[in-house]
Amino acid sequence: MLAAGASADFATPESGGSPNADSIDTLYKIVLVVAALVFVGVEGLLVYSLVRFRARKGGVPAQIRGNTRLEVGWTLGAAAILVVLAVVTFVMLDDIRTPTDSDPGAYPTQRIADAQNPAAYQPRPPSGRALNIGVNGQRYVWRYTYPDDDDNVLNNVFNYETLVVPTRTTVTLTIRAQDVVHSWWIPELGGKADATPGHDNYTWFKIPEPGTFRGQCAELCGRNHADMVATVVAVEPAEFEAWLERKKREIDAANQLAQRRREAEAREVAQGEVGPEGRGTAGAEDDADAEENPEDTGTPEAPPRTGGTQSPDDEGS
Amino acid sequence: MAAAEIGAVVPEITAHDVERPQRGWASWITTTDHKRIGILYLVTTFVFFILGGVEALLMRVQLGTPENTFLTPSTYNALFTLHGTTMIFLFVVPIMAGFGNYFLPLMIGARDMAFPKMNALSYWLLLFGGIVFYVSLFFSPPEAGWTSYAPLSGEAYSPSGGLDAWIFLIHLTGISSLLGAVNFYATIANMRAPGMGWGRLPLFVWALLVYAILLILALPVIAGAVTLLLTDRHFGTGFFDQGQGGDPLLWQHLFWFFGHPEVYIMILPAFGIISEVLPVFARKPIFGYKAIAAATVVIAFLALLVWAHHMFTTPSATVVLVFFMISSFLIAIPTGVKIFNWVATLWRGTVEFKTPLIFAVGFISVFLIGGITGVFLAVFPVDWQLHDTYYVVAHLHYVLVGGSVFAVFAGIYYWFPKMAGRLLSEGLGKWSFAFMYIGFNATFLIQHSIGMDGMPRRVYEYPDIGNLAIYNLISTIGSFALAIGVGLTVVNVVRSVKKGVRAGPDPWKGNTLEWFVPSPPPANNFDVIPRVRSVEPMKDIRRQVARQTEAPVEADAVPMESVR
Repeated sequence: MLAAGASADFATPESGGSPNADSIDTLYKIVLVVAALVFVGVEGLLVYSLVRFRARKGGVPAQIRGNTRLEVGWTLGAAAILVVLAVVTFVMLDDIRTPTDSDPGAYPTQRIADAQNPAAYQPRPPSGRALNIGVNGQRYVWRYTYPDDDDNVLNNVFNYETLVVPTRTTVTLTIRAQDVVHSWWIPELGGKADATPGHDNYTWFKIPEPGTFRGQCAELCGRNHADMVATVVAVEPAEFEAWLERKKREIDAANQLAQRRREAEAREVAQGEVGPEGRGTAGAEDDADAEENPEDTGTPEAPPRTGGTQSPDDEGS
Repeated sequence: MAAAEIGAVVPEITAHDVERPQRGWASWITTTDHKRIGILYLVTTFVFFILGGVEALLMRVQLGTPENTFLTPSTYNALFTLHGTTMIFLFVVPIMAGFGNYFLPLMIGARDMAFPKMNALSYWLLLFGGIVFYVSLFFSPPEAGWTSYAPLSGEAYSPSGGLDAWIFLIHLTGISSLLGAVNFYATIANMRAPGMGWGRLPLFVWALLVYAILLILALPVIAGAVTLLLTDRHFGTGFFDQGQGGDPLLWQHLFWFFGHPEVYIMILPAFGIISEVLPVFARKPIFGYKAIAAATVVIAFLALLVWAHHMFTTPSATVVLVFFMISSFLIAIPTGVKIFNWVATLWRGTVEFKTPLIFAVGFISVFLIGGITGVFLAVFPVDWQLHDTYYVVAHLHYVLVGGSVFAVFAGIYYWFPKMAGRLLSEGLGKWSFAFMYIGFNATFLIQHSIGMDGMPRRVYEYPDIGNLAIYNLISTIGSFALAIGVGLTVVNVVRSVKKGVRAGPDPWKGNTLEWFVPSPPPANNFDVIPRVRSVEPMKDIRRQVARQTEAPVEADAVPMESVR
């Protein structure tokens, strides 16, 4: 199966994870057919004229300086081909850019709030409902923020590197960056979306079956750009819900622990017992994080430096 | 075979009472002769080409196997930054200026460029731009890629002086190119031989004219952009910092507003070389002279309107995506017209397979692939998959190596006899082409698949997934074959400078005026500037000489009525 998949991708982009990726693949194949015809035609004429009209004894070159009708003809012909490609692109654009609604049996999603998706150029699914996840590019890891019921984004479930999503559910991503330009790309789930500081970017996918999809940052972001990988793990909606709950508990527990440490530290400082070298490191990191990234406040975990973080499998579910 | 005949019928005009040409290294430093400056340009840029090529080979060695540790990430990032910057700013753009310097005055019947001293200044600015950039190798070379996207190129993420060296390279080579462009424009506008109207300008000169105009329009934008970057880095301005009211996307717009015209700055003179070489070796006039000249102008105009197709993955409204898709499509039309015209030039000719022609035909066959993959990339939903992957790396190398570099080699083999007075070895030339052609396609064709399998560009390592390992190994092996091909031409040139067969003034029976003067041409080029009566003045001159000497001459088979 792997070999078949690999050979199928010899001449076309990756696809198979999400309808938009499949549509891009179809569009690519249409362009490929047109391109192949043009390629064979022109290279054929070139080779034919080189063989047929190579210099021979007694050969007389025809002194032709042009042919207006022919030249107008091939100019219009080239234009016609491009008109066809443009029309095909317009026809297929909606399938690629506009998210479809979730399939039956999806994870229950909310209406996307205006604030989460303000740009007119990212269409919403017809029902307006999707699972909207925040994606934040930072050197050299992706951070995901899941939606919850309240307006406070500081207590949301988050994860690094591995994006766990429910199957059959339309997932929209709001993509940001906090340091340099990154680019979100999971080849089998559709095209890239640059993560640019100061701008929100959008993409979406809907994964029918459970599976794992790998990708990596596609815009040069520094020395470890090659290691800024991302994995999307699609699980059944029920399993996703359980994962989300567990994640929430873990984060709450960690937050409480951090809070206790901070209080203890504050007491120690108040009693004048501790010098600077004795201060709790967790608290110090939190402060640094809070300045850099407001979403990180209240979390005791420093961003992992390398791969292998929380995926549902690691955590012994 | 026809040497005796050529000796008998071609006008040998000997210059009398001219100063003896100066010799020694001091004469090269002080020269204002466009031919010597041209040679300085050609040699200097070729040295940079070899440096850039070595950088590419180091990268290909690193990528030859998955998870290789031959290079560190910072060395790898420095190498692709050096490679891209060198090939674009220190090789392709200035080597076209080198050919232009040497041949533009000769082709239009002028005795020098309009501003000879400014011409020398252009060259020295280029050389010092290159030196300033390469000196950064001794402290810390830039690592942000030839595109130097903000904020990565900002002081916070690229604190080393290497990035400043990159900025000064852009400034110095930019001023060099601007001065050169003004010089080309002034020379073409004012110094054409009597009778050479716009409709009789050689197509290489048309290309240089448009090259000059595009440089004048595009370079001030990048000069401004890198100046803003410099003040962001050192004087606390925030033009590209979203935290200070600036915008990282501003850099991308400014960079590509220059960067895409730059592509045509690199390819239009290459088109011009092809349009000169093909008719000479097909023994036919160029097919559709006016269409090719017009296509050059149209391409240049459209080149200024397509920049954001490099930014399809940035947050963009659909109307922006559609506009830049359509404008990029449009540019395929005049480009296609040129390709059709070149094929039609060969059609019903008598094609002589000399090395310049072989490189020119190789150019057409591979440039076509680069043009076609360009259409894929213009379809923006498809670009979302292909952008910033090895597919794009393959595309741009099909345009710039398959395109510009093959044309440069066609130009070297075509014009070397004029510059050196001696022929290059045909055998070595054909071997060089064979290695370059096979090596080039082995290196870059497979990279389309590498990109579609999900490998982004600018990564120093990749995992051993799918076929990536074998594809990358093929690419690496190909790159060494390509390097051998280039090396054979270097050997050919070095050997032939002293030992090549004497060429005589017109070894190819060329069409344009540079073949009227001795090889190498005297310092003043023309003792007598011939009157130009058609787009192929040398054909007229050969015919006139034949008539006046009444010697039998190889039929050029031009019906008289076609020559006005």
